Amino acid sequence: MNVPANLKYAKSHEWIKQEADGSLTIGISDHAQEALGDIVFLELPEAGRIVKGGEECAVVESVKAASDIYAPVSGEIIAVNSAVIEAPESVNQDAYAAWLFKIKPSNPVEYAALLDAAAYTKVAESE
Amino acid sequence: MNQRTVLYDTHAAANAKIVDFAGWDMPIHYGSQLEEHHAVRRDAGMFDVSHMLSIDLIGADALPFLRRLLANDCAKLTLPGKALYSCMLRPDGGVIDDLIVYFFTPTRYRIVVNAGTADKDWTWMQKQAADFDVELKQRRDLAMIAIQGPNARAKFWAAFPASRSTCQGFAAFQAVEWNEWLVARTGYTGEDGFEIALPNSLAAGAWQALQAAGVAPCGLGARDTLRLEAGMNLYGQDMDENVSPHESGLAWTVDTKDTRRDFIGRAALTTPVRQLVGLLLIDPGVLRSHQHVFTAKGEGETTSGSFSPTLNRSIALARVPVGVAVGDEVEVEIRDKRLKAKVAKPPFVRNGKSLLEEN
Repeated sequence: MNVPANLKYAKSHEWIKQEADGSLTIGISDHAQEALGDIVFLELPEAGRIVKGGEECAVVESVKAASDIYAPVSGEIIAVNSAVIEAPESVNQDAYAAWLFKIKPSNPVEYAALLDAAAYTKVAESE
Repeated sequence: MNQRTVLYDTHAAANAKIVDFAGWDMPIHYGSQLEEHHAVRRDAGMFDVSHMLSIDLIGADALPFLRRLLANDCAKLTLPGKALYSCMLRPDGGVIDDLIVYFFTPTRYRIVVNAGTADKDWTWMQKQAADFDVELKQRRDLAMIAIQGPNARAKFWAAFPASRSTCQGFAAFQAVEWNEWLVARTGYTGEDGFEIALPNSLAAGAWQALQAAGVAPCGLGARDTLRLEAGMNLYGQDMDENVSPHESGLAWTVDTKDTRRDFIGRAALTTPVRQLVGLLLIDPGVLRSHQHVFTAKGEGETTSGSFSPTLNRSIALARVPVGVAVGDEVEVEIRDKRLKAKVAKPPFVRNGKSLLEEN
């Protein structure tokens, strides 16, 4: 399983990368894209939306099924990756390059509570 | 514990992703459902469909029995090997199953039924057979492989050169017996090809020979998107015991020409108030089954929906009120939003090509 050690993860299979300016970049894990199969459509949140940690804020649809994506932490959506909307298959090709959206977090405690790579690997393997 | 086909180990060795399908462990894909879909539209792919059940029907009353049991009329089968698609109805007109009948002689037929309905079909057929001089025999000793695509037949002949003189030169919906195999020019994809039934002991070898000839293993995921593009119903999803064939786009399979033929369900067939139509999603998104459809004539529901890999957009089958017409714009509720869709006449794709007028 491909679970980069420099990222954090949510139980709901998002990966979270902390940027130098404190903002968080979010995508779905390699395990998640593998489970979903060929991804054909994404619905992403609008920039400026305020989200709560755990709130549904995007949808990834594969040929098989639709899957909700959750905001891993509370904050403001500050950027959305329109390139993946044009090329949904890029999420299958490299789940860690194909980010979905960025959040400016409002509560640093939530980031600290996210899973590290070892803990996420256990979650994914137990499914 | 789920049932497994004789090809299960072959699928597992190929790293297929295995899922539960009607109580069977079946491959949903071998890596990419999209690539498998395109392999069938553009070249040749194969599916393990051994979970479906073949039932041999033998006896002096075989034809009268089928004319009572089925909504389509087996009397029109006169050429040995000819196949017929039919619904098997309840007395109230609900669809027990859809199936294919192969004719060999007026006293010998084969019926192929869906996996998920096999048990209830068998019980129902046994019950109806009591009044007839017929014998029904389950053929779980047979595996079934569907080889589909524009190059499917050529690759089948390449894999089994000795079959060629027997297994060519016959039309669609026709089958031949070759040794212990039944080779039928039928399928569930909208492409040319064969569906073969062969002894379990030969299945793994045949699968490998076909793969060596360039036929791509395909899972049930691609089978579903292919049949949906081809406008073919899936039992349990697009129709079941609660709807009639006339409300399921299957009126063409109900043969009422012989007014003396009293097939089960005939008396209950009334003028339908709903119809099964195709939908093309206009807005971005993906249609799925059981979404609400809003039309000028009232509400309906999608029965099957998916992304169409050939058309690169979402399509669906939907049951809507009679009066909704091809070309009408309707709305489909997806996650609390109403998206625009257009009513279309299935099939959407045949023989690798889009049938949409706008393309």
